[in-house]
Amino acid sequence: MNNTIIEISGLTKKFGSLTAVDNLDLKVYKGDIFGFLGPNGAGKSTTIRMLLSLIKPTSGSIKIFGLSVKHDHKKIMRRIGAIVEKPDFYLYLTAYKNLEILGRLSGADISKNKIMEMLELVGLASRYKSKVKTFSHGMKQRLGLAQALLHDPELIILDEPTTGLDPQGMKEIRELILYLSREKGKTIFLSSHILHEIEMIANRMIIINRGKKIVEGNVSELLRSDRMNVFFEVSDPLKAVEVVKEVTGNQDVKSDSNKITLSLTQREISELNRKFVEKGIEVYSIVPVRSLEEYFLKITEGAKND
Amino acid sequence: MINLIRIELIKIFGKWRTYIGFIAIGLLVPIIQTALYFTGDDYINMVTRGFQETFLMVGNLLNGYFIANLVLNSLFIHIPFLIVLVGGDILAGEATAGTYRMLLVRPVSRFEIITSKFIAGIIYVISLIAWLAFLSLGISLLVFGSGELITFRDKLIIFAADDVLWRFFYAYLYSILSMTTVFSLSFLFSSFVENAIGPIIGSMALIIILLILSAIPIDFFNAIQPYFFTTHMPKWSHFFSDEIDYYEITKSALFLAGYSFLFFTIAAGIFIKKDILS
Repeated sequence: MNNTIIEISGLTKKFGSLTAVDNLDLKVYKGDIFGFLGPNGAGKSTTIRMLLSLIKPTSGSIKIFGLSVKHDHKKIMRRIGAIVEKPDFYLYLTAYKNLEILGRLSGADISKNKIMEMLELVGLASRYKSKVKTFSHGMKQRLGLAQALLHDPELIILDEPTTGLDPQGMKEIRELILYLSREKGKTIFLSSHILHEIEMIANRMIIINRGKKIVEGNVSELLRSDRMNVFFEVSDPLKAVEVVKEVTGNQDVKSDSNKITLSLTQREISELNRKFVEKGIEVYSIVPVRSLEEYFLKITEGAKND
Repeated sequence: MINLIRIELIKIFGKWRTYIGFIAIGLLVPIIQTALYFTGDDYINMVTRGFQETFLMVGNLLNGYFIANLVLNSLFIHIPFLIVLVGGDILAGEATAGTYRMLLVRPVSRFEIITSKFIAGIIYVISLIAWLAFLSLGISLLVFGSGELITFRDKLIIFAADDVLWRFFYAYLYSILSMTTVFSLSFLFSSFVENAIGPIIGSMALIIILLILSAIPIDFFNAIQPYFFTTHMPKWSHFFSDEIDYYEITKSALFLAGYSFLFFTIAAGIFIKKDILS
């Protein structure tokens, strides 16, 4: 049985002389939480718009559920729920009415109970009679998720769904995505420019930049590294710096307030933590720091060295 | 398709700007009716002054038919400006709001979407003309009663009271066709851009330009005038002739229908091929 849900081959989109997506290939398999990662302007939204037939590719092909996006638009869209960039609604209509309209357009028999169930799921049931123009960005984002899930799609495409949300809202969305994947068996295509977000929930990912694929594969394998940047928060940073010099031999360590950031192996992190405790330094937190930019630099440097 | 049209109607009638036309007509017609209620006899005397020495004017000349005809003559030229408020927004409004991204990722073809929008727009046009008919004819008949209709198109014509209602019916029907062409024009302009202001102003400007060109008595303009859709829009008034020129009316109606179809076809072609970047 073919488990491929999305198959993109040689996908290219040009806007005049600008190549927004350049010969992109990728595959998403059934049950994946697929992270589609890249900095702003990398071509993520353009790719998603081509997946959803909002824009037409210059060349290349897209197959979803084994069907051609170009020829089987209706069949495919019945099985997809999506948020493309920020969710925009009919502001002059209520949340309920918006979902009713979008539900009807989805071709499924959407009952009042189903709409209320979705609003309940995203925490907006109490505001179902409110016009969307009174909603905050976070509420619109959650309503966007509700409309994407309304017709029980097999594939959910989410374009930066946590943008503009507060930390609690981001956490709720991440939990919802994991719930949809684990409990409901949905395939999720999730775009983001935050590596940490993808690292937390995706099993596979691709990184693109300037429309080109940089790397694709299993998240844990791609992010596995001998050294990582770690942020220590300690009670006595000056004393901690001396300990670091002693353990790592690195003489160029500086502290900022009560924080020290270091590039360490896993073994060094453990040893350093033990030494801090032995020397009476309290360790408040150890946080790995890995930004997309750093990761980019690392893999592009790696490519140069190869 | 019926489902899609119903959704489009919910969107059209959920917007405040849709009611501007209804409010404008709802204010203007009662103002004209009130003014005529108090000073209508003077107005009738003034317009029939030339005939009073030749004819004996008896009966209720200031009746509902007279007022409805007067209102239609006065407002017909301005109704297009109310129509384009909705027509110019119907496609561009979705682009401005970003709602295309929600709408077009459903199992519905773009042709179905644009067709449903167009049909819903025509329903809006029909409802606006029906509102005008209700206020100007219905309410006027209730308040001023029935009677012979006196008109002054080229010459004085008096229609018997039982020979008028059907003329209004066809005049309103023809008006719907005229306004559908105006709606189609703004609909076309709306497919070009992502902001409703341009199509609204553009449609108004084009109508004004064509009306001005039609009014300039130069041979060149006279020669091209028959090809302007604005030339064919006021032909509803032919139904208030003593001998109705059905050939002329049919020709103009076909012209308007043809223009509407052309505008819709171009708009559909643009919409289907358009990259949604908003």
